[in-house]
Amino acid sequence: MKNNLVRKITAATLATGLLAASLTGCGSSASTSEVAGTEEETVEASSNAGYRTLDEIKESGTINIGVFSDKSPFGYVDENGEYAGYDVYFAERIGKDLGVEINYVSTEAANRIEYLQTGKVDIILANFTVTEERAQEVDFALPYMNVALGVVSPDSAVVESLDDLGADDQIIVISGTTAETYLTKNYPDIKLQKYDAYAEAKTAFENGNGVAWANDNTEVIAFSLENEGYTVGIPSLGDQDTIAPAVTKGNETLLSWLNEEIEALGTENFFHADYEATLLDTYGADYEDTLVLEGGK
Amino acid sequence: MASLGIDVLFKGTNFIRLLQGLWVSVEISLISVALSIVLGLLIGVLMTVDNKPLKAILKIYLETVRIMPQMVLLFIVYFGTTRVFGWDMSAESSAIFVFTFWGTAEMGDLVRGSIKSIPKIQFESAFALGMDKIQTYFYIILPQTIRRLIPLSINLITRMIKTTSLVMMIGIVEVLKVGQQIIEANRKTSPNAAFGVFAVVFLLYFVVCWPISRLATYLEKRWA
Repeated sequence: MKNNLVRKITAATLATGLLAASLTGCGSSASTSEVAGTEEETVEASSNAGYRTLDEIKESGTINIGVFSDKSPFGYVDENGEYAGYDVYFAERIGKDLGVEINYVSTEAANRIEYLQTGKVDIILANFTVTEERAQEVDFALPYMNVALGVVSPDSAVVESLDDLGADDQIIVISGTTAETYLTKNYPDIKLQKYDAYAEAKTAFENGNGVAWANDNTEVIAFSLENEGYTVGIPSLGDQDTIAPAVTKGNETLLSWLNEEIEALGTENFFHADYEATLLDTYGADYEDTLVLEGGK
Repeated sequence: MASLGIDVLFKGTNFIRLLQGLWVSVEISLISVALSIVLGLLIGVLMTVDNKPLKAILKIYLETVRIMPQMVLLFIVYFGTTRVFGWDMSAESSAIFVFTFWGTAEMGDLVRGSIKSIPKIQFESAFALGMDKIQTYFYIILPQTIRRLIPLSINLITRMIKTTSLVMMIGIVEVLKVGQQIIEANRKTSPNAAFGVFAVVFLLYFVVCWPISRLATYLEKRWA
């Protein structure tokens, strides 16, 4: 009996040890793959372990681009099975200017960094917000879109500045969003009404439980356009975040090509055309200049 | 009908894409199930062998599979092997590997349980008739084991088919992912599409799993 128990415990410990070893093995190897990539003794080795340089991509004739396949209107698949959206419009242009075919890879928010670090895609164009933490893991090119917070309120009492709020006025936020963090930190005196889900916050706002609703500006803009009687009084609040293409850390050739490409596209107002082709239906013409970043600035 | 959003399935090639997605799920799960049954029988027999080091290794294997979520296994095999060894496994082979790795362990344990449940006298009678170990297993024990295994393994097989929805995390577009794509692409025009599309996806899973469970009932009756 006792012997049996001991054996079981040993087995469990060994199994956990194995698990831990394999997990840490994964975590700590980011730097090794980078080394393997910069050495690039042969085409074979660098394409397997790290990333593909610009020349290798051109030579192979295909570029792998990771996009969302279910985040309309940024990256989605239309009814004919074709990829479409703001990110995809840009990806198509990259493929055209490089003179290569595009192989779209359907990515999820949770695996975008993994895809780049293992070199399984060359570029991620999946509504990827630039943050400091992410910039340590991947290399971001010049940005092509702005995101910020926005505040929507009823037409009858539009809130245009957070400083105008009365002492008893409450603002609706969704728990865990950047809107909550930002308001708690920068406007500690404003009373917040917190809801767990989007649908709850929406119902509360429509019932007039708060004077305004703060969320990502793309969300509140879409809300005001889909629902009569609401105006986005503050379309852009707080820190401006940007959306940019990302490549594997250290892939200098592809990164500098992308940066030059984005700068060159700025001269022909490419991203405005992109907005008009893909985002106009959802966000309307009024927000074009708020959301679009041309030429990386 | 329109309010349920089923109509979005008939736009363009949507329904064909959904069926293609279903085929991806079925293909991955059927290959893994077939491999798991064959390897599972072998592992199961090995689990009953009285050899301490072998038992310990198989125990670790089984516990590893039980402890680790399939999602973690998928990430380790698809991304982890590339990082550590530089192997570039395709997403499909990674998925088949993970599902076979999982199915073999659980199948092996079911086989072990079924063999253990066969009365000792069956072994003794076979040996008394002059059969050797291999003959005993092949003619006496395994046929009885397989009969006991059927209801147990159906559970595992249908669970494997449904768990294939995780492969979307390594970029494979299977039936559930196509469903989500269709819902999102039509979010503005038919906001209720989620209900109709998921109902159809549910039906498709049912269509795949139902014949398997019918087959099991038939075999159980025939071999009883």
